[in-house]
Amino acid sequence: MPKTMFEKIWERHVVAEPEGQPTLVYIDLHLVHEVTSPQAFEGLRLAGRKVRRPELTISTVDHNVPTDETRTEEIKDPIARQQVETLRNNCKEFDITLYDVDSRAQGIVHVIGPEQGYTQPGMTIVCGDSHTSTHGAFGSLAFGIGTSEVEHVLATQTLRQRKPKTMEVRFNGELPPGVTAKDMILATIGRIGTAGGTGHVMEYTGEAIRNLSMEGRMTICNMSIEGGARAGMIAPDETTFEWMKGRKYVPQGADWDAAVEDWKTLATDEGAEFDTLVEIECSELEPYVSWGTNPGQVTTISGRVPNPADFSDAADQASADSALEYMGLEANTPIEDISLDRVFIGSCTNARLEDLRRAAAVVKGHHVAGAVRAQVMPGSTLTKIQAEAEGLDDVFKEAGFEWRESGCSMCLGMNPDILTPGERCASTSNRNFEGRQGKGGRTHLVSPEMAAAAAVAGHFTDVRDWDFKR
Amino acid sequence: MEKFTQLTGLVAPLDRVNVDTDQIIPKQFLKRIERTGFGEFAFFDWRYLEDGVENPDFILNQPKYRSASILVSGRNFGSGSSREHAPWALNEMGFRAIIAPSFADIFRNNCMQNGMLPVVLTQEEVDTVMGKALQRTGYEVTVDLENQTVTDGDGFEASFDLDPFRKNSLLKGLDDIGLTLELEGSIADFEASATGRA
Repeated sequence: MPKTMFEKIWERHVVAEPEGQPTLVYIDLHLVHEVTSPQAFEGLRLAGRKVRRPELTISTVDHNVPTDETRTEEIKDPIARQQVETLRNNCKEFDITLYDVDSRAQGIVHVIGPEQGYTQPGMTIVCGDSHTSTHGAFGSLAFGIGTSEVEHVLATQTLRQRKPKTMEVRFNGELPPGVTAKDMILATIGRIGTAGGTGHVMEYTGEAIRNLSMEGRMTICNMSIEGGARAGMIAPDETTFEWMKGRKYVPQGADWDAAVEDWKTLATDEGAEFDTLVEIECSELEPYVSWGTNPGQVTTISGRVPNPADFSDAADQASADSALEYMGLEANTPIEDISLDRVFIGSCTNARLEDLRRAAAVVKGHHVAGAVRAQVMPGSTLTKIQAEAEGLDDVFKEAGFEWRESGCSMCLGMNPDILTPGERCASTSNRNFEGRQGKGGRTHLVSPEMAAAAAVAGHFTDVRDWDFKR
Repeated sequence: MEKFTQLTGLVAPLDRVNVDTDQIIPKQFLKRIERTGFGEFAFFDWRYLEDGVENPDFILNQPKYRSASILVSGRNFGSGSSREHAPWALNEMGFRAIIAPSFADIFRNNCMQNGMLPVVLTQEEVDTVMGKALQRTGYEVTVDLENQTVTDGDGFEASFDLDPFRKNSLLKGLDDIGLTLELEGSIADFEASATGRA
């Protein structure tokens, strides 16, 4: 019987199916960061348990770390400092690899996993972080878990899971010029809503997906959770293998060839059935901008802020009403008329080398508009080093951007990088929830290209009409 | 884990859809290394004014809902991040059960790891409970896990679904890890097998 990629990976990882209980699934890679792990390690200590497979557990500091030059000093916020130091102590006590703030491999956990070659097709990957879905771009089953489940994985290297449903998100046709992976996923969430994928694992398919780079695929899988799906995945292909080859922790030599042969068998079989199908016509896509306070509240750059009265569902109406009030927006305002105070290029969604290249191409030869404060936080220290080797830092700095260190930073503002009340920000991140980037801050989600163009224009502008300078 | 069997309690209404984890417990409070100390920060941005004084317009600040142990809210409750700090904060605020038409997956799991019960009722049933909680003072319901029902004194009765394994764990207050370690042999066998080594 034909199988989906999800079913194949699931079946490879079934440890036990005890009567009346959820399946016990083996976990190949467990990523750990400072925020969701301390209570899990404490739980192990209290029960006198060990980490079962420390060599399958990798950790880094990303949420709390400052992105300025003080980052290798002691963190000023005493509670944040304690959390980072707790991770250091736990990694030492339980013999876990830690990419600390002074490591070249440090970075946002969902950037460094692929970058270092830990993330591989066919794997099961978990992390106490909802954006773990990112790793599905390589054809792995990757999803976020809570701290109790982190403890469970540390102790047993397994998780108890009921088999989720499957959803195919099929992109028909070719992507129009100037439209990006970020626009594909924002359009999808706009269509299905923030709960559309609840209970499902998504697989993204179609020609436009095949034509995407790995960075683009990661952007899409990353935001699966914003559509309600814990995991999103894309079948591995030559693009995947080419991107992975030679990375530090991928198989080498003959093992690599054998691995690739195996990975090629993972793709969903012809005729396999998904529980749900969503089809998106690429020809209808444009650059997207979020106007509200959840990632389903989006429209196109040529659109306007909606009128809440136009929503048929009363709850959607109330939600739009409160979103416009929070965002300080009037119904029917053209999106291009929305001016900005801040621009943030960063996060596990859009801060990889290609994202930075694309944004740099937009800002090159231009300058950030007068009152706008624009910042770039590369997704990892290695990404930063590579970008600097290409001179991207100079492009950004000459254009008036701040070029900073890596970390989650202003995606969620656990470190000192936050918006002040009322500030409006074009952000390449994944969530526009109230207060996400700072209490009272107003977040608009966009692609790196759109964020870069907005920084220069001082307001949203259609990057398809951009004056690219060489 | 604390058991959940049957709970009769005051209902507090939070009549919004898509209440996300950033609202339940904002990021600046995720830095603690304990499982406790989050309750006073639950719904922080809605609950307090700039000067730290309670916002009288936030419904859960009303005296009649202060001692509520059951929260009723709109669809897709708990969307967003995987932070287990969200159920920890709600638990410390006094909520042991949350009634909604739907929950985000990770939040739902996290609740049940902490002896808390996410109860999925139909939109119509939620509207009924929400309406009574908004209109009356002292409105109570009983959530009965054994029978999987929600009832009130007016004869309202609704039933809900729950994974039988989760139900049993909640009723008995069982932790997953202990149960899984009973399957240690299967885990070791898997690790020794070809798939496990791959």
